[in-house]
Amino acid sequence: MELALGIILGCCALGAGLAMIAGIGPGIGEGNAVAKACEAIGRQPECKGDVTTTMLMGCAIAETTGLYALVIAILLIFVAPNILVDVLVETMGLIG
Amino acid sequence: MSESEKSLKFKIVDIIYILMMILPLVAGVILKLLTKPATEGVSITGAQIYFTIPMPIQDFPVTESQITSLLVIITILFVCLYLTHGLNERINLKRQHFAEMIVEKVDKLVKDNMGEYFMGFAPFIVAILALSAFSSLSSLLGLYPPTSDINVVGGWAVLVFIIITYFKMKCGPLAYLKGFTEPVALLAPINFVSEFATPVSMAFRHYGNVLSGTVISVLLGSALAGLSSMLLGALPGFLADIPLFQFGIPAVLSIYFDVFSGCLQAFIFAMLTMVYVSGAFDITAYMQRKERKAAKSKK
Repeated sequence: MELALGIILGCCALGAGLAMIAGIGPGIGEGNAVAKACEAIGRQPECKGDVTTTMLMGCAIAETTGLYALVIAILLIFVAPNILVDVLVETMGLIG
Repeated sequence: MSESEKSLKFKIVDIIYILMMILPLVAGVILKLLTKPATEGVSITGAQIYFTIPMPIQDFPVTESQITSLLVIITILFVCLYLTHGLNERINLKRQHFAEMIVEKVDKLVKDNMGEYFMGFAPFIVAILALSAFSSLSSLLGLYPPTSDINVVGGWAVLVFIIITYFKMKCGPLAYLKGFTEPVALLAPINFVSEFATPVSMAFRHYGNVLSGTVISVLLGSALAGLSSMLLGALPGFLADIPLFQFGIPAVLSIYFDVFSGCLQAFIFAMLTMVYVSGAFDITAYMQRKERKAAKSKK
């Protein structure tokens, strides 16, 4: 029982950590977007407002995949252990 | 009626409006203080459930996020009433300038992003913008921000999805179904999935951003508490309890996570609504269909 509990909690934490590897992608993508926006503003300072608005929009869209990973990680940390432990207790009760 | 010669009645109504703007938020803070369970250390929980209403299929829990969003709605209503109180043709109130500025900005935004045909959408867009921004900013008062609850944001996303589908259907149900087979019929399942990914991604984006800010704030608060107790813990008496690092540092992060991120996400939600809705509707195809229908009915 203790072993099963340990495996559940540990694997939930590991899974959450692994899920957040997805944070790399949006980081690189947003960095690219901001770099290009800086270049564009440097070339044409007069369209700073438009470039900034478009960049923020693009950043928000690029962030989506990272946020999916975040949601998965949050579910794994705060929601999944409770449900899994309940399932474990139920099955243990059925067996023993 | 100028600034100096307001009548007594006008002033009383003004005061009532201002009070009604502030009272809901104060009530929310008091409710939060009264019902907050005492916890030690780090605690990241979902919205607190106040009571549940029994329903036939499933019980309906009334949570903190619903209460807070209703209070925010009341506040926004009275902000609008206050701003439009005493409107007249000769502009002589400061708030009228402000109200007109908001309306002009939103009209310009909608016109730039959606086109002339969708000008009727301006009130809806500004309503979503204000609701989202005020909801996220309510976390500054210590309330539970409704936007960090997936159910609230998911509801808005479903509403936007219904509007998108309505405008896609406007060119006829057959044209709507045919849209799934573009560019190749083989891609229909993928198009079908991406159709439903729109509301999911909108909801997750907004909720994830606000919630991650909350989680990071809580973690940072507990980390700073640990750091200051580690540094000052050896000191005798009350000196050990001084929260040295908890002065000011969380406030700086709050500017980013609560103010900037909240307003930005509100803007992005409104922008995406505009882009998706105007992208779902092909005005030329709609006009052609209308002409064809008119020609048919003439025969």
